[in-house]
Amino acid sequence: MEVEVRDSAFDPGATLNAFTARATGAGAIVSFTGITRDLATGDLQAMEIEHYPGMTERALTAIRDEAMTRFNLVDALVIHRYGRLSPGETIMMVATAAPHRRDAFDAADFLMDYLKSRAPFWKREITPDGAEWVAAKDDDEAALDRW
Amino acid sequence: MQIRYFAWLRERIGTGAEEVETDAKTVVALIEELKTRSDAHAFAFSDTAAIRAAVDQDLVPFDAPVTGAKEVAFFPPMTGG
Repeated sequence: MEVEVRDSAFDPGATLNAFTARATGAGAIVSFTGITRDLATGDLQAMEIEHYPGMTERALTAIRDEAMTRFNLVDALVIHRYGRLSPGETIMMVATAAPHRRDAFDAADFLMDYLKSRAPFWKREITPDGAEWVAAKDDDEAALDRW
Repeated sequence: MQIRYFAWLRERIGTGAEEVETDAKTVVALIEELKTRSDAHAFAFSDTAAIRAAVDQDLVPFDAPVTGAKEVAFFPPMTGG
């Protein structure tokens, strides 16, 4: 399960330990975990994540395959949740395993930049005032130019 | 051809999927056709700069062909991560 799209919670620590245990030949493991953060106003009740079943798995697999091609990696993992999440819950994680740290860091950064604007997820913030779709940031699209 | 809508496009159009008969050859021609289906469609597609398209689950530019496609999807820019 190097790419996983799921609605239920997962344990990023246990996931990372299992990933590390099977990353034979790796000298460096990097992981990133995304957390549902509260709004500046402090009144986020939930984050709802919609996705496009089928295309989501295809897009994440393509992004992971691209990372495996571009960087010298032993393995790479992408997990992303959908559905309703509370503040503080884990949304997603990526992990990379490489012989050396530079490839592990760069590949994790690459995976994050691409899955932010190329994987079909849409976030909606639920507050006491109602529900609002999160707008994509120009910065996120511009970040792809780095690669 | 199956047309899919996500996020605020789905909400504005009022459905997540619909079957359409079309001779449109490109994504942009298909959008012009869909806009004539209802006021809700016209409103949802009024700002195409805020819309992305996928043909058979691959992200494509608006000049991409749709001939022979099984499924074309429209949605706002993605906000994963």
